[in-house]
Amino acid sequence: MNHDAYVFAAYAISALVIALTVGWVVFDYRGRKADLATLEAAGVRRRSEEA
Amino acid sequence: MNENVATGWSITALANPTRFISIADKVIPWLGGLAALAIAVALWMGFNAPEDYQQGVTVRIMYIHVPFAWLAMFGYSMMAASALGTLVWRHPLADVSVKAAAPIGAAFTLLALVTGSIWGKPMWGTWWVWDARLTSVFVLFLMYLGLIALNRALDDPSRAAKASAVLALIGFVNIPIIKFSVDWWNTLHQPAAVFRMDGPTIHASLLWPLMISALGFTLLFLTLHLMAMRTEILRRRVTAMRRLAARRADKG
Repeated sequence: MNHDAYVFAAYAISALVIALTVGWVVFDYRGRKADLATLEAAGVRRRSEEA
Repeated sequence: MNENVATGWSITALANPTRFISIADKVIPWLGGLAALAIAVALWMGFNAPEDYQQGVTVRIMYIHVPFAWLAMFGYSMMAASALGTLVWRHPLADVSVKAAAPIGAAFTLLALVTGSIWGKPMWGTWWVWDARLTSVFVLFLMYLGLIALNRALDDPSRAAKASAVLALIGFVNIPIIKFSVDWWNTLHQPAAVFRMDGPTIHASLLWPLMISALGFTLLFLTLHLMAMRTEILRRRVTAMRRLAARRADKG
C-alpha cells in the first residue's frame, strides 16, 4: 500500500507551522523595534539613558 | 561599583538586558544558519536512507516527529529551569525566558501530536488513542496553552512572572510521566528506541539522519527562543517608556 500522502502531509503541515512560528517571531521583533524607534523619535528616553 | 559588574559569558553578565541583546544579536545569525544547514542535511539524508522493512516509507515521518516530541519536552524543561531562576535567584531574564519559550514549545508540541497522528493512521489504523503517551503529551500541550494564557491575563509583569513560574514547576511533573509512560503502562505507542540504557535499537542508516534532524531542530528552537527573548526585552522597554511619557505628560 502506498503511504506517500501521509509522509507528504506530515512534512507539509510541519513546514507550515514552523514558517508561521518563525514569521510571528520575526514580525513581533520588527514591530517592537518600530515602537522603540517611534518613542525615541518623539523624544522619550529611558531613565537609564538620561544624564 | 564597577568592580561588582561581572564581565564575560557568565550568567550574571547576561543579567544585564542590554548586554544580553548585544550578545543575542551576534549569536542569532550563526545559530539560525547552523540550524538551517543541519535541517537541510538531515532532510537529504532522511530521504536517501532506506525505507523501514516493516513501516516502509512512513518511517520518514520519524525524522520530524521524534525531534518535535523531544523539543516539546526540552522546551518545557527549559521553562521549568528558568522558573527556578525566577523563584530562587530572581534572575531578571529568567521570567523573560519562560514567557518567550511557551509559544515556541507549544508549536513544537502541536507538531509532535499532529505528525504522530498522521503516522498513527497508516501504522496503527487510527489517528488517535487515549493511551498514556498520547494523553500525557496532550496534557503537556494544554500546560503550554495555560502558561501563555496566564501570562497574558495578568497585567503586572512581576505577578505574572511568579504565577507562571509556579505553574511551570508544578507542570514539570508531567515530563518524567511522558518519558516513562511507555514503560509504566501498556501503550499503543512504542517504547524508547534511541535514549535507552542498552543503547539505540535503530539501524545506523536511520539513526544518523534522525540525530542530525534532532540537532537541527534543537538549534532552530534555541534561535527562536533567543529571538523571542530579545523581543520580550524590547516589549518591556516600550511599555516602560510609554508609562514614563504618560507620567511626564500628566505633570505637564
